[in-house]
Amino acid sequence: MAIRERLSGNEAVAYAIKQINPDVMPAFPITPSTEIPQYVATYIANGEIDTEFIPVESEHSSMSATIGASAAGARALTATSSCGLALMWEELYVAASNRFPIVLALVNRALSGPININADHSDSMGARDSGWIQIYAESNQEAYDNFLQSFRISEHKDVMLPVMICQDGFITSHGVENIELVEDELVKDFVGEYNPEHYLLNSKEPMAVGPYAVSNYYMESKRAQTEALKNAKKVILEVAEEFEKMTGRKYGFFEEYKLDDADYAIVIIGSAAGTCKAAVDDIRERTGKKVGILKIRVFRPFPEEEIAHALRNVKSVAILDRSEMFAATGGPLGAEVTAALYRAGQNKEVVNYLYGLGGRDITVTEFEDVYNELERMAETHEVRDNFKYIGLRE
Amino acid sequence: MKNTVEIRWHGRGGQGAKTAALLLADVAFKAGKYVQGFPEYGPERMGAPITAYNRISDEKITVHSNIYDPDYVVVVDEGLLDSIDVTAGLNPEGAIVVNSAKPASEIIPKLHGYTGKVYTVDAHKISVAALGKYFPNSPMLAAIVAVSKVMDKEQFLTEMEGSYKHKFSKKPEVIDGNMKALRMTLEEVLV
Repeated sequence: MAIRERLSGNEAVAYAIKQINPDVMPAFPITPSTEIPQYVATYIANGEIDTEFIPVESEHSSMSATIGASAAGARALTATSSCGLALMWEELYVAASNRFPIVLALVNRALSGPININADHSDSMGARDSGWIQIYAESNQEAYDNFLQSFRISEHKDVMLPVMICQDGFITSHGVENIELVEDELVKDFVGEYNPEHYLLNSKEPMAVGPYAVSNYYMESKRAQTEALKNAKKVILEVAEEFEKMTGRKYGFFEEYKLDDADYAIVIIGSAAGTCKAAVDDIRERTGKKVGILKIRVFRPFPEEEIAHALRNVKSVAILDRSEMFAATGGPLGAEVTAALYRAGQNKEVVNYLYGLGGRDITVTEFEDVYNELERMAETHEVRDNFKYIGLRE
Repeated sequence: MKNTVEIRWHGRGGQGAKTAALLLADVAFKAGKYVQGFPEYGPERMGAPITAYNRISDEKITVHSNIYDPDYVVVVDEGLLDSIDVTAGLNPEGAIVVNSAKPASEIIPKLHGYTGKVYTVDAHKISVAALGKYFPNSPMLAAIVAVSKVMDKEQFLTEMEGSYKHKFSKKPEVIDGNMKALRMTLEEVLV
């Protein structure tokens, strides 16, 4: 029997960490993810788990210590947000290229400046080329469920890559919602023990970690990372299937919400997808117009073919980004989904919106406006601007 | 969304409006509801205006936006009426509850023509009588439960006792006072 609870997103992730009882958690606090190491430290202080908590002096050090622990053969994780992730930049690449199965609880928040503490995907989107697997959540439930699945993906022998489990700052991290928790024993069985194949503290197999690679080897190393990301696609689906058997909750690369028969689709990541669902329900009930959503869960590896396939029958698509990439052409999700459609040979009206930067709210009504615009685009075959803004004061 | 009750809280940093919204989510959850309780975060400082929100429903809630057309509004600090349009978007079929020693008739002129029901609660008087100190959030929480009828009063009291026992496990001496403040408010606010 599932355990009915009401928790904030931070409480939910901290609870998942408690249930997993990892070996090592180095961390440095930053709003809005501070509560995660705080709650975990409380669990440790109360003797509920035996994780080694390492307080460090910066995020550069927290990721370095997580890497060190993972290299030694430990199951290691950390948590951060925004500028904290930015300060880990160098180590993010080190973690991925050395194939450490680290998990990072990321609470998405805008990068400075202007200084802002609110929800925005610019932190993780900036890290999209670092070689990490990225999984996003709409709700506290999804943040928790994704976290329970994370180590199964990262530690799979065909993957061995770090995983970032992302949720929206404050909106889910500090918002209290209903949630169903999985019993401790089931989590323990599902996650399993970590038995590293190669590790630094194995005296029977002396090894070097993180050595220099000359040009003659570097490129093959990068190619190997891409192969691992391709393998991750299969593993992510296998783990999700097993998770569904345990909980009844279904996960994939993305969620298709009323997309089957949809003429107009919004592609979106994170908590705002829930608000968009209310708009879809409202429009369908009020007008009968066929509107739907493709909510991205896995952004890295990018499920290009699957996304294009899911959108094959819609007439027009709006891709919503909660971060700038400053190409002056829109956002990263817009660029990648548009490329996916082009590569699949689909010729339809596509528009990219920027919304919610620095925590700017997005409402049901604003989503309804986007669907109206999609209808106009499909009817006139005219896209007025390739990218535009929602809720911006001009 | 039609079956969802939406509540907006206006208070000042340090008064416990956020805590009250989270407690309301807590008790409504225990009453079997789907709930959301969330604050709107800005620069955090004592005394600055803050907003917190609740959605309470019999169905799963997916909306993650702030609340612009609430069914109910709670004003924890009367002084905010001079600087914030607390009734913005407020459903005329709903109600507003203001922490004030004044009768509703003296508050109404400050409410930008709001035509719905207006209630006042003297949270200061109740809190000092029950707790010996001024913590407005327990009286305001009881007041909004009475006004919105989101749950049965007796069930509310039972669940709140459990919540206070959990929340104040390290200072149990304040549990009785807070429970008294809830009961006094429920007797005072006649809907």
